[in-house]
Amino acid sequence: MNKTLKKYFPLFVIPTLAAFLIAFLIPFLMGFYLSFTEFTTVSNARWVGLGNYKRAITANRDFVNALWFTVRFTVLSVITINVLGFFLALLLTRDIRGTNLFRTVFFMPNLIGGIVLGYIWQLIINGVLMHFGVDITFSAKYGFWGLVILMNWQMVGYMMIIYIAGIQNIPGELNEAAAIDGATPLQTLRHVTIPMVAPSTTICTFLTLTNSFKLFDQNLALTAGAPGRESAMLALDIYNTFYGRIGYEGVGQAKAVIFFLMVALIAFAQLYLTRSREVEQ
Amino acid sequence: MKKILSAALATALSLSMTGCNTASSSSGQSSNQSSGTSSAGGSSVSQPANTAKGGKIYYLNFKPEIAGIYDEIAQTYQDETGVEVTVVTAASGAYEQTLKSEIAKAEPPTIFQINGPKGYAAWKDYCADLKDTQLYQHLTDKSLAITDGEGVYGIPYVVEGYGIIYNDAIMQKYFAMEGAKAASMEEINSFDKLKAVVEDMTAKKDALGISGVFASTSLQPGEDWRWQTHLANIPLYYEFQANQIDLTGDATGEITFQHGEQFKNIFDLYLNNSTTDPKLLGSRQVADSMAEFALGQCAMVQNGNWAWSQISDVEGNVVKEEDIHFLPVYTGMEGEENQGLAIGTENFLAINKTVPEDQQKLAEDFLFWLYSSDKGKDYITNRLGFIAPFDTFSEEEKPTDPLAREVLDWMGREGVQTIPWNFTIFPSQTFKDDFGAALLQYAQGSKTWEDVSGTVISRWKEESAMAQ
Repeated sequence: MNKTLKKYFPLFVIPTLAAFLIAFLIPFLMGFYLSFTEFTTVSNARWVGLGNYKRAITANRDFVNALWFTVRFTVLSVITINVLGFFLALLLTRDIRGTNLFRTVFFMPNLIGGIVLGYIWQLIINGVLMHFGVDITFSAKYGFWGLVILMNWQMVGYMMIIYIAGIQNIPGELNEAAAIDGATPLQTLRHVTIPMVAPSTTICTFLTLTNSFKLFDQNLALTAGAPGRESAMLALDIYNTFYGRIGYEGVGQAKAVIFFLMVALIAFAQLYLTRSREVEQ
Repeated sequence: MKKILSAALATALSLSMTGCNTASSSSGQSSNQSSGTSSAGGSSVSQPANTAKGGKIYYLNFKPEIAGIYDEIAQTYQDETGVEVTVVTAASGAYEQTLKSEIAKAEPPTIFQINGPKGYAAWKDYCADLKDTQLYQHLTDKSLAITDGEGVYGIPYVVEGYGIIYNDAIMQKYFAMEGAKAASMEEINSFDKLKAVVEDMTAKKDALGISGVFASTSLQPGEDWRWQTHLANIPLYYEFQANQIDLTGDATGEITFQHGEQFKNIFDLYLNNSTTDPKLLGSRQVADSMAEFALGQCAMVQNGNWAWSQISDVEGNVVKEEDIHFLPVYTGMEGEENQGLAIGTENFLAINKTVPEDQQKLAEDFLFWLYSSDKGKDYITNRLGFIAPFDTFSEEEKPTDPLAREVLDWMGREGVQTIPWNFTIFPSQTFKDDFGAALLQYAQGSKTWEDVSGTVISRWKEESAMAQ
């Protein structure tokens, strides 16, 4: 059996490998290469070395501003999404009537596409701000909080599902033992539940962190950067650089590579940190 | 037995994968429209080359509002000549994106469009020389084409004009009122007169049954081209004229925006006499403005003759065809009594020189057929409503929609100074976006006019330097 597997191993791996190559590895390597060139389309590139990277940082402050905006947004939304998701999961693992209905309802927003969500929330937020004689384009503050609300609305349900799975996996005897020892509900939460759902926390922070950092559709539909470029996040800034002026495709590409490195670095650091807090079951 | 079975399964699997590939490539053309908006990741999925001998050309269309008619044209041409024309239309505002991804494919567009000298600079590696084509021979005004040295790389295929579109029914109602500041539209031939009339109309808007004189000044990002491009063209045209700037040279690298005051004049007039509170303009789109005009909620709107379909197609449209006319955009320049509409083009046809020569020839034939045969010309004038700048069109073969007729009328008037479309040399999209954003902040009251003016001057200079 093992011998047969070994023999046909290359054959079975071909489909997945081909898909991985075509859809991920080749575009990625091409993108990396293109960041060192000046090009109009991917087929007529001309080598310019590190020039694009220099221009990406020094040409104007757009990239740095977008980075700062993105970092603030990410920190806030990672915290709020996880806290709210965990709180909902706690509520919906008690025996409340209609638990399944609630879980479904909270999960639903995750099924709607980002552009659609962005436009819907733009209408809602503008409808509210209208009473104060302003709209979302007035200040980057409105765009910022709009994005945080939108992101929470969309992601909380998903994270809730992961936390619910984590909570349900906690062995009953642990809670029982805690109860016999006379632990208060708060102590049980602090010393049993939270350490035991650490694996879920790892996944949830990873997902929220990378998704918030890479946010594009919602940003484009909700504010498109207004006012000016003040509420543009990194992905939108890369898009604007790429298409905004002639000959800047390579600069956009260079920004995209920097962006990739940052996301990868942060994600790995986060995985390492939260992993170390997980409890062996 | 097991071996054979597993081998067969594996083969089936790999076959089904390649099967999927070919199946999707035939439907790929129609789904291409959305691929242009994908992010900068750079897709490299290429389609298998399909070089059928029967003749096949691929036209990447710029104008979404007429996509359906192009499909009919393609069908007619195929019925007549057997040449298959694939028409793909880029989503509104995403033409450059779509072109970038389409042209890198194994089957790139044969015919595409560039938007002027700036567009040519970006795409010159792809533009074939069209000097010897029949279509260029029939171009009425050769100076309209995009040339570089001896070569001709872009042929304009439509001439368009913009100004202030007004609803004559409402204007006549106003002129009949007591104390009207003018007695007829002929009297309005300067900014001062226009301002007096508009402000008086605003004071009497309830009696006139309108909610504002001008349709809302759409300033949502991406919807602000009527101001940062079209309106800005007028003061900048006067600036280039006054300083005798050579528009093809490097002298356009800096501007002083010396007629910014005139821009402010008309822009303030738009803002203060609008259907919409200036603070709420950040969420208004062009379509909103056109709908307001079509529903008779306002008397005037700045736009061009392409907007006719946006007026006529609005449900509950109350504007009569014979009541729609153009007024030049007066800004308070000296001697503007003779100013006409802004007429020009930013639509140039280019043929891709990277496709096989026989395909380029087919593309030339198709374009010439479209602009010279009876069937083709019928589509152009009656269905697309284009004012085509070719001598293959006779006097009778002109579009019949009211705005196009008005443009033709203004073009033919004696002693009228038509404003050309100089905005084709604006440095970049980023410049326009930043200008639009500054205008929005000015409308909202968070920026002064000096800030806007400063933004225009500094961004123009920076963007011109960057584009070098």
